[in-house]
Amino acid sequence: MTSVPQRLSSAPRSTASTPPLPRRLWNALRGLLLSEYFILYLSIAYFLLISLFFPTLLEPSNLSNQLTNIWPLLTIAIGQTFVLIIAGIDLSQGSVMAICSVVGGVILSTSLSKSVMSNSPLWGTLLTEKGGILSGDPNAVLVAVLLMVAVGALIGFINGTAITRFNMPPFMVTLVSLLFFSAFAIYLTQSRNIANLPDSFLRLGQGDIVSVYLGEKATPQIKRTELLSLVTYSAVIAVALGVVAHFILSRTVFGRQMYAIGTNRRAAEISGVPTRRVITLVYMFSGACAGLAAVIYSARLGAGRPTLGDNLLLDIIGATVIGGTSLFGGKGKVLWTLFGVVFFTLLLNTLNQMRLSAFQIDAVKGSVILLAALIDVTRNRFLTGGRVA
Amino acid sequence: MTALLTLQSISKAFFGVYAVRDVTLNVPAGRILGLIGQNGAGKSTLMNLIGGVLAPDAGSMTFDGKPYVPRTPSDAVSAGIAFIHQELNLFTNLSIAENIFLGAFPQRRGFPFVGIDRAAMRRQSEALLEAVDLKVKPESPVEQLAPGERQLVEIAKALQLDARLIIFDEPTTSLTTRETRKLFEIMQRLRERGTTLIYISHILNDVLSLADEIAVMRDGELIAHAPRVEFDASRMISLMVGYSLDQLFPPRTSTPTQTPLLTLKGISQPGIVKDIGLTVNAGEVVGLFGLMGSGRTELARIIFGLDSFASGEIVIGGEVLRHTSVRESIRNRIAFVTENRREEGLLMTSAIAENIGLVSLPRYALPGVQVVDQPRLERAVGQAANQLQIKSGNIERQAAKALSGGNQQKVVIAKWLLSEPSLFIMDEPTRGIDVGAKYEIYSIINTLAAEGNGVLFISSEIEELMGMCDRIVVMSQGEIYGEFTRADFDKEAILRTAFREQATQKAGDHAADPA
Repeated sequence: MTSVPQRLSSAPRSTASTPPLPRRLWNALRGLLLSEYFILYLSIAYFLLISLFFPTLLEPSNLSNQLTNIWPLLTIAIGQTFVLIIAGIDLSQGSVMAICSVVGGVILSTSLSKSVMSNSPLWGTLLTEKGGILSGDPNAVLVAVLLMVAVGALIGFINGTAITRFNMPPFMVTLVSLLFFSAFAIYLTQSRNIANLPDSFLRLGQGDIVSVYLGEKATPQIKRTELLSLVTYSAVIAVALGVVAHFILSRTVFGRQMYAIGTNRRAAEISGVPTRRVITLVYMFSGACAGLAAVIYSARLGAGRPTLGDNLLLDIIGATVIGGTSLFGGKGKVLWTLFGVVFFTLLLNTLNQMRLSAFQIDAVKGSVILLAALIDVTRNRFLTGGRVA
Repeated sequence: MTALLTLQSISKAFFGVYAVRDVTLNVPAGRILGLIGQNGAGKSTLMNLIGGVLAPDAGSMTFDGKPYVPRTPSDAVSAGIAFIHQELNLFTNLSIAENIFLGAFPQRRGFPFVGIDRAAMRRQSEALLEAVDLKVKPESPVEQLAPGERQLVEIAKALQLDARLIIFDEPTTSLTTRETRKLFEIMQRLRERGTTLIYISHILNDVLSLADEIAVMRDGELIAHAPRVEFDASRMISLMVGYSLDQLFPPRTSTPTQTPLLTLKGISQPGIVKDIGLTVNAGEVVGLFGLMGSGRTELARIIFGLDSFASGEIVIGGEVLRHTSVRESIRNRIAFVTENRREEGLLMTSAIAENIGLVSLPRYALPGVQVVDQPRLERAVGQAANQLQIKSGNIERQAAKALSGGNQQKVVIAKWLLSEPSLFIMDEPTRGIDVGAKYEIYSIINTLAAEGNGVLFISSEIEELMGMCDRIVVMSQGEIYGEFTRADFDKEAILRTAFREQATQKAGDHAADPA
């Protein structure tokens, strides 16, 4: 405390050595806000607080359900995290999901009704009454998943190339992609869902690997609905992706170069970082994540759906930013995004439990994301010593 | 003679270093005062003090006999002081008339917000453009104008504000000879109307032909102020250079070899550099001196592969480079310490170690998926940090921006050391760092040279180049205009070359103007 004026030095020692209470509270609050686990603490506190009023939240069936809701959003948010780290933004992920979902349906569907699908421009060529291209083929699921991811990466490549080669702002490029590809997906199917996907595919969204039964073991046969999912296929997909993504960010040259680009692109360029290549690859990764998320969501819905990601944009960016990944670039972690997704999923769950209307829920979501952006700005201000960046 | 603006013992220091020291100056009413001095002599700071951008630490000013204490630039404007800057402050997307009246649109009575009186604006604009002899329609957008015409719009804007003192800061840098001549005519016409002008320029002959009085600044102090007749070009240069400050430089311990590391042959890029020939040998420190805008930084960027060049050859280690890129330059063992640490040199918010490791990440990766060999990288980073004696906390955690300027510069150098370069391009490596840190940077440069590396040392401080270099190459207006070996280092001669003092052809061009 060198700033204490001389004439106060005769004051009792205790007040000089320990700062006053408000100051300590302020410091504690600041520390909490700057902590990387801030949002995890917040999630837990929020959930416990709300469950005092809605005890059903704590029931095992609800918890298990929430757990399965986390994975698809995490899958896609990891891609957004990568893009935000390099100080970009990918608004097109929702439309990538839509296109990929349609692609999946076109390959996998086992039978289609002429009266529903015959308006589609694909009817008669790729889609018939016998279903999609690989209807019934044993390798269909593998091909579909790979192709969905590849289409996502391809759209990411288009985004990335437009951004790096023509120096167009990411916001504009991906906004146009969003409009174009969602319209294209709807055009391809004339807004119909491509139904009848094989069970081996549905498993990726709905199937359990490990499930638990918490009731008494009265009968040898347990009803399917009473089983609680613990480890699902989508969990395995999302966690595997998360581990790979974490590894890329924290251990590889590529990851380091991403942070450098997000922090100061010019300095990175002069330091020999292949900025264009890295940026393009990151957008490809983001598209691929959207493709993978489309696998999980489509398998859950049991259909190739051309409007799949329509209302998801806010959730994706909201969850990522709430986790602490900065909109200004250079900062972000997979773990943070996991926390953000957990928070967002819990938030939606509690809002649903409160029986709010979809519009009210959207309003709350919007406010929460605004709050997250405010926290981001405030953190940055603390870190830059009071000046607004 | 009456003074319009009087400065009384004005001082301004930044972090304890005086930028302007005890300056007392009378700006005579209705005259043109020429203000000259080297880069960093304090001219710009002085003008910022007059313009209300900075507040003086000590001293006072009077304007038109009344005390003048500008707190913001708009105080200066309302007092009647206008600036014409090197970089113009016009909105190129707006029309000439809108630019002239920006901030004071003529209003129609009774319509406080919507009632811009376009007719009055047009009428008055025409009159103002007439006064600066610019024959274009006030409605045309500024982006259609040539640089010289834009300058005239700036002057018209100053006239609209009824400026009684107009300060011209290097107004001719981007103008052609014809535009320059026209500008000077307008300036003389303004003087006849009774407007007072301060004219800052590096082109000494222009100052001699235009100014009524000349003031010379050096190291923040006003060292001469007298009527024009008492000056000639050589006296102006001697005054600007001075012989006071002798900095200490670490002694060179090695001598350069004759093995060329880098050879440039006829490098040209239209409008940027012209026919550049230059060699840097192993173990040699070559100084590149030039005034602002002489093309020295642009040349450095071309060598490093950041900008392209139209013709010429870059030869590195005996091999002609056809296509240059930053990564190729790094492979060819070139390092580039940029002029601008904050924007181009460092990841300010990242850890020191992160910064030092950045260039060489691929060198410290395991084969395959390019996983960073963290222990090996950390060792190398730590070694480089120690070698350059970077004073910091934990380099893995402390952010680069928490360091002093000198230590930040060492981080930039350390970053390049890891890529084991043999040629260092250093653009203003000691700018904005204190004397002690400068000495350390000089020592590092000497060590690099002693180890057989070549250094291309770009600076606008002649003294440091004279203290450090084996040779000094002088650039002026995109060309190499002279070269000095250590034996014939001479401050005045180097500065003369940079000012193109010998180029009497072009200088005489202006001097012959009828005053």
